[in-house]
Amino acid sequence: MTFFEAGDLTISFGGLMALDRVSFEVRQGEVCTIIGPNGAGKTTIFNLISRLYEPSRGRLIFRDQDITKAPPHRIGGLGIARTFQNIELFEHATVLANLLLGRHPHRTTTLLEEILFLPRVRRAELAHREKVEEIIDFLDLQKHRDTMVASLPFGVRKVVELGRALAVEPTLLLLDEPSSGLNVEETDDMAFWIQDIRNARGVTVLMVEHDMRLVSEVSDRVIALDYGRVIAEGAPAEVQNHPEVVKAYLGG
Amino acid sequence: MRTLFKTDYNQDIRLFKHGGAAFWYAVLGVALLMPPWLSGEYWLSQLGFVCIYGMAGIGLMLLSGYTGQISLGHAAFFAAGAYAETILLTRGWPFPITLLAAGLLAGAVGVGIGLRALRLAGIYLAIATLAFAFMVEEVLARWVSVTNGNNGLTVPAVRIGSVEFNPAGARFYYLVLGVLVLLMLAAINILRSPTGRAFVAIRDSEIAAQSLGVNLAWYKTVAFAISAAFTGIAGAFYAHKLQFISPEAFTIVLSIELLVMVVVGGLGTLHGAIYGAVFIIVLPEVIGVAKDYVPAGIAGQPGLKSLLFGLIIIGFMLFEPLGIYGRWRKIQLYFDRFPLYRKGTFKRQKAYIRTERLR
Repeated sequence: MTFFEAGDLTISFGGLMALDRVSFEVRQGEVCTIIGPNGAGKTTIFNLISRLYEPSRGRLIFRDQDITKAPPHRIGGLGIARTFQNIELFEHATVLANLLLGRHPHRTTTLLEEILFLPRVRRAELAHREKVEEIIDFLDLQKHRDTMVASLPFGVRKVVELGRALAVEPTLLLLDEPSSGLNVEETDDMAFWIQDIRNARGVTVLMVEHDMRLVSEVSDRVIALDYGRVIAEGAPAEVQNHPEVVKAYLGG
Repeated sequence: MRTLFKTDYNQDIRLFKHGGAAFWYAVLGVALLMPPWLSGEYWLSQLGFVCIYGMAGIGLMLLSGYTGQISLGHAAFFAAGAYAETILLTRGWPFPITLLAAGLLAGAVGVGIGLRALRLAGIYLAIATLAFAFMVEEVLARWVSVTNGNNGLTVPAVRIGSVEFNPAGARFYYLVLGVLVLLMLAAINILRSPTGRAFVAIRDSEIAAQSLGVNLAWYKTVAFAISAAFTGIAGAFYAHKLQFISPEAFTIVLSIELLVMVVVGGLGTLHGAIYGAVFIIVLPEVIGVAKDYVPAGIAGQPGLKSLLFGLIIIGFMLFEPLGIYGRWRKIQLYFDRFPLYRKGTFKRQKAYIRTERLR
């Protein structure tokens, strides 16, 4: 079975070739990291997988299914959840409400049932809450549970967003720079959680990351990108010392 | 200060968060049953208007306060409900059915405008809905065979079986109060289930909402439909209150009044819709009474009422973006934490309406 495969992904914005025939694979159960200098096209890949952008050519295969043409709101239900580089939380809602939104792909009730709040709706709500509370415990968010996101510090927001993605119960988790804006201690927590998400929850992780310490610590495989092309791929240490990668980062 | 110790997931879902809230809502409920004995006919009638505006307020709150879609065209849905009610009653349909039909028709109109407006946001959406309201007003004036044009229609009285509801009487007041409570419950139910959360998600981040499986087109259309249906029901009762309707009753002024109501009441809170309704109805009365106490030279000036009204609204925008509800919460908190309340407590909070957002 192909778990996840991107083939020949190409997209350009105006005259800028953001991705040029990028192909890679993610194997089930691994932590795979995409690295590359600013503007290399890392986040573009995520936005293509989320179907926010339309590729001009190429295909996306997830669990043997072609998702290149799937509408964006179907992606979550298929088992792909993501976080955003600049945090896209629902600011004027509580942490609990944000996490409950992660349960949206698992919605089982209809609008009419909800207007009448039938016992079925209450049962479904309680089941969603049970899942969410488990994630709150996992990520140590208890004390922020009923706080508005707008009044939370940045580091906590990052964790809330991770929790919201986990509430989707994804099989593939996309993390866009999970450590950006975090201090050393928070980054360590994040590394721990990423490992736990993979080991204890069996979630495959594809992430974009700059912090090389975090990358080496948690990833099984690294893909290096520059100017929209894959320039190296392999074990973390291998890729970091690859001449093309060194050139991309240091110039020359 | 009350601290809630939660031991059950149901505690977040139930209608009343704690015994104290249940008690005060019960007191409010009893108090709302009293007016027919306590107040004169005039104030009873005004209370009826508060209930009617409240219904529309809840509808608009769901759309603008929770889903973040600004509408300057709600007078159109109000009119759709009012005309549907009047025309169907005149044709001999029985009352509760006409009310339902008025809600459904307005809801259908809401779906229509909702579908058209999917790609619009912020100020552009406001302009589109405004244009739509102008069109509806024009249709009402020109479609003489059905609406009798600018000559208007006389609205038959509400009658269930042999019981007649005089629009100024106690029965009618209980009727609108009852419907308001039902609509309120429906809104609360929507908001505590996945649909309501999807609305809030669309308001705060469309991009994240989408990635969590929220179908933007569907939920925006649903928000428009529900909002329009609630407003249509309010419009039906409004027609009964006025006893005579013509296109002049449903102009842009009404649309603005409705929007002001939810903004002044406090965007993003259902309480705010009701506070706003009270504000819109009571403020002109207060201004009227206050007139007696200022020198005749000032009180006699034309347009004084509108000026004061406008000033108060601007004041709210500047100093209390969370509206009456926000102010009320602050007063509550002040007494809760009595010596410890800090002015900065609410510093981070911002208003919900924003015109443009980077996508």
